[in-house]
Amino acid sequence: MTALLAILCIALIAIIAIQIGKVTELASKIRGEEDMQEIINKRNANYSMVFMVVFLVACIISAGYYKNYMLGYGPHVAASIHGKTLDGLFNTTLFFTGIVFFITQIMLFYYAFKYKGARGRKPLYLPHNNRLEMIWTAIPAVVMTFLVVGGLDAWNEVMADVTPDEEFMEIEGTGYQFAWHLRYPGPDGKLGTRNYKLISGSNPLGQDWTDKKNLDDIHPSEVVLPVNKKVRVRITARDVLHNFYLPHFRVKMDAVPGMPTYFIFTPDKTTEEYRQELSKYPEYQVPDPNDPEKMLWETFNYELACAELCGSGHYSMRRLVRIVSEAEYNAWLSQQQSYFMSSIRGTDEDPYKNEVLDEEVKQRKMEFSDAVQKAMGATEAEGKVLRLNYVYFETGAAKLTDMSRYELDNLVETLNKYPNMTIEIGGHTDNTGDAASNQALSAERANAVKGYLVGKGVAAGRLQTQGYGQSKPAESNDTEAGREKNRRIEFKILTQ
Amino acid sequence: MAHVENNPMSEEDILIKEQGYDDHFHDHHHGDKYQSNFITTYIFSQDHKIIARQFLITGIFWAIIGGLMSLIFRLQLGFPEENMAWLRPVLGRWITLNDAGVGSIAPEFYYAMVTMHGTIIVFFVLTAGLSGTFSNLLIPLQVGARDMASPFLNMLSYWFFFLAGVVMFISLFLSTGPFSGGWTAYPPLSALPQASTGSGAGMTLWLVSLVLFVVSVLLGGINYVTTVLNLRTKGMTMWRMPLTIWAFFVTAILGILSFPVLASGFFLLVFDRGLGTSFFLNEIFIGGQALDHVGGSPILYQHMFWFLGHPEVYIIILPAMGIVSEVLSVHARKPIFGYKAMVYSILAIAFLSFIVWAHHMFMSGVNPFISNFFVVFTLIIAVPSAVKVFNWIATLYGGNIRFTSASLFGIGFVSMFISGGLTGIFLGNSALDIQLHDTYFVVAHFHIVMGIAAFFGMFAGVYNWFPKMFGRFMNETLGRIHFWGTVVGAYAIFWPMHYLGMAGVPRRYYKFDVFESFGQFSQMNKFITVAAIFVFALQILFVINFFYSIWKGKKMTTKNPWGASTLEWTTPIHTGHGNWEGNIPSVHRWPYDYGKDGKEFISQIQPLAEGEKDAGDH
Repeated sequence: MTALLAILCIALIAIIAIQIGKVTELASKIRGEEDMQEIINKRNANYSMVFMVVFLVACIISAGYYKNYMLGYGPHVAASIHGKTLDGLFNTTLFFTGIVFFITQIMLFYYAFKYKGARGRKPLYLPHNNRLEMIWTAIPAVVMTFLVVGGLDAWNEVMADVTPDEEFMEIEGTGYQFAWHLRYPGPDGKLGTRNYKLISGSNPLGQDWTDKKNLDDIHPSEVVLPVNKKVRVRITARDVLHNFYLPHFRVKMDAVPGMPTYFIFTPDKTTEEYRQELSKYPEYQVPDPNDPEKMLWETFNYELACAELCGSGHYSMRRLVRIVSEAEYNAWLSQQQSYFMSSIRGTDEDPYKNEVLDEEVKQRKMEFSDAVQKAMGATEAEGKVLRLNYVYFETGAAKLTDMSRYELDNLVETLNKYPNMTIEIGGHTDNTGDAASNQALSAERANAVKGYLVGKGVAAGRLQTQGYGQSKPAESNDTEAGREKNRRIEFKILTQ
Repeated sequence: MAHVENNPMSEEDILIKEQGYDDHFHDHHHGDKYQSNFITTYIFSQDHKIIARQFLITGIFWAIIGGLMSLIFRLQLGFPEENMAWLRPVLGRWITLNDAGVGSIAPEFYYAMVTMHGTIIVFFVLTAGLSGTFSNLLIPLQVGARDMASPFLNMLSYWFFFLAGVVMFISLFLSTGPFSGGWTAYPPLSALPQASTGSGAGMTLWLVSLVLFVVSVLLGGINYVTTVLNLRTKGMTMWRMPLTIWAFFVTAILGILSFPVLASGFFLLVFDRGLGTSFFLNEIFIGGQALDHVGGSPILYQHMFWFLGHPEVYIIILPAMGIVSEVLSVHARKPIFGYKAMVYSILAIAFLSFIVWAHHMFMSGVNPFISNFFVVFTLIIAVPSAVKVFNWIATLYGGNIRFTSASLFGIGFVSMFISGGLTGIFLGNSALDIQLHDTYFVVAHFHIVMGIAAFFGMFAGVYNWFPKMFGRFMNETLGRIHFWGTVVGAYAIFWPMHYLGMAGVPRRYYKFDVFESFGQFSQMNKFITVAAIFVFALQILFVINFFYSIWKGKKMTTKNPWGASTLEWTTPIHTGHGNWEGNIPSVHRWPYDYGKDGKEFISQIQPLAEGEKDAGDH
């Protein structure tokens, strides 16, 4: 039915159109073709002028209306150092092209108006004029030279790579269908190597975990950068082309599978500063439609987008970008955990599964000495008991594993530091097996620890041992996790 | 304006008879075995005038399809929240319904429409429909030839185009949809069916279609070049050729030099897709799997694509420039200003068009140092382009302008070319391209400068040479309504897009509300969509006018209705096979003697008067 109606409508319009056409044909028959053409010339010459005026005025008014979205005007200023150069270049170009635009459009439509055909008018016979042609070849050539020089100057500065002695930070953005995966280098300041063949559900970037530079790399969910610090973005793609696009920073670069690209920029406005500037403009002093509690300027955020068609979800590759002060950045960074430690460590993918990493040794040492400090300050008896978290035995035996030495060395260090300290080493088990043999095993294990410490030069007299067996569970023995907690070595500070 | 006073028709006929060149054409072609029945006359015709009409009508068909596609994706952009369930009878499951029965356009389909719109308009409409139509129609007629150098290859050229169209048309009906990775078809997206549903069978058919299309362009191009070089009539020196012919000639050369590179790129892409090669693929993990392809570069494809892609925009715009030069001169009743400068600027633009391709790739990861050269060459193009604009304006200056649909579209072309050309100065400057690349600024730029402008050139040509094609006039009133509506509407569509682009809104987004930065222009997007619907409706008016006029239009009663000095208007009103009945006219002067020595115009076949100098020789 609707189709029929549509067809009828089109047919009706066609008939009307043809009738309009016929009427004028008739008119020209009555008035004579030449008369009619002269009337038409006059009419269309007038339309030309009307169109020219309306068009040019509309250009000016719309430019005024949208000026806040133009580069470098109003709130739409670049938030990076190089971006301001580009905004300036844009406006220089706009100035020159604007002049040409108005002059040529006015000439075009005005001449059409002025030289409308009329009977008896003799057109000018003017096949060429070399001087004029020289002038309008030379002027664009000179103007273009300025624009080219200005443009290339800016271009080469923006695209120049960092020099070795320059201070900068590097981050990485990897595009995939359909999101960005971000990577920060972690405390070592270096991004680890990647191999696309290693990509898996748990290793989204294909990081090679045997490269130790990878172990501290962070995978944050948003781009957080300190203000006024040069950033080199390493841009990669996992599947198809993407484009790392930060509109507010005038940053754009394709992400190409198998070929990293780079873009270097320095953000010079924090998110907060940008919001403050927006707050000066009335169009931002309205409630945010998504969050009516707040003004539009308060909810402003920098964004990361994709600017190279990458498939059906191309329009949705958003990541939040936050520019913060140096202090805030450091605070944020210290909160971030390395992807390896949070998601890979201890799994089958971990090539260091049976090793303790240097970082962990350091970490444990700090934890241990903190715990000792706390225990030494404690007044009640329970506070003096410390668990040795990383001491392991072979199953069912009192033989220390090699991995235990780090924790025991921490204990040795503590005992050396406090020569008056004496301790009781206590062994505990869970409730599997019979109580008597558990008791025996726990005593043997406590002795094994003592043996290690004595071997490291601690006087045997400072060390007592005790096997508690399953008598003092720390947790419930009903769950495996609880039982694991119960199989433990503790030490109690007796004197200090 | 007719010129009935001194009945020049017969005078011209006498001139052709006396001065013309007798090639004994009709002795050889007795009975015309090439046009003996309906099929050889109208379908598998070898007559360049029929082939021109075939190109034009096929082009109109594709323009309607391509235009409708743009309406579909404009509906999505302008009215993303609106219920599109009413489109289901036509688009079927590409309109997805939610639980409440509210229909929306599927993103895959949106991207398929964007891709097909670009492919169809660029190749099928503005290359085949524009250059195919007018090169075919005008080259033999304006250089004074009986037909193309090889009418048979010329016929094949059309039928390869037709076949390309059939294949592309079939791809629209695939269950996985037509190709949806953008008209540039960048790999890996276009190479891997896992990357997008349209990259499967849709992409295969897309490639087949465009390879057939390249064959068509090459067959046509070889013919155009050969005809211009070898079949010019007596006296038709290169410097006496109308600017249309110069434009078609150079366009054909551009096509011959650049399309094979595109075809090679396509073949390599076919190999990557089907044979496991890695020309464009490197280290890809997709669909949960790491592919074996290593060592290729997707950027290589971009080089091969844009080595055609940039000359292609001049393949589109040069014929329009040629047509507009001719139309403005004829209807301003003045010689084109700076004929030689116009020719040299065509040549300069054509040459430069081959060394600027990487300005499409400033942000693609190519070495930024290389971009320096491409910036310089790109911005140099502004100079010959500016010369052309000034010359067109100077052609109007002091004229006696006859406002016809053709001349209006000519003036509209110049306005569009200025507006769109100037934004090219922003984009050609790599530093500014950082921000503007792949935003709506680019969309605005190229639609105005090579979309609307080229269409305007085409319309100017159709209105101007319709009488030569069909022996009747198109309705002028409807033509002028068509013009004024379209020029206003086209600016209404594309002018606001500059502001979107400056605000950083990227192109090829299915919707904008995911981003705060891009989501604040829903009013403007609505406005643009409404304007697009308005402009499309006006083009339907043109189509109605076109087909109505073929059969019912005002009849042509004189051979030379516009008072033009070029050769095509010396042929009989109903131009038969071979174009001239008796001798081929010989040429004595350049094609732009309008208003010279007090005469309204002097045909190219008029011998120079005693002591007169050919104005073309300066």
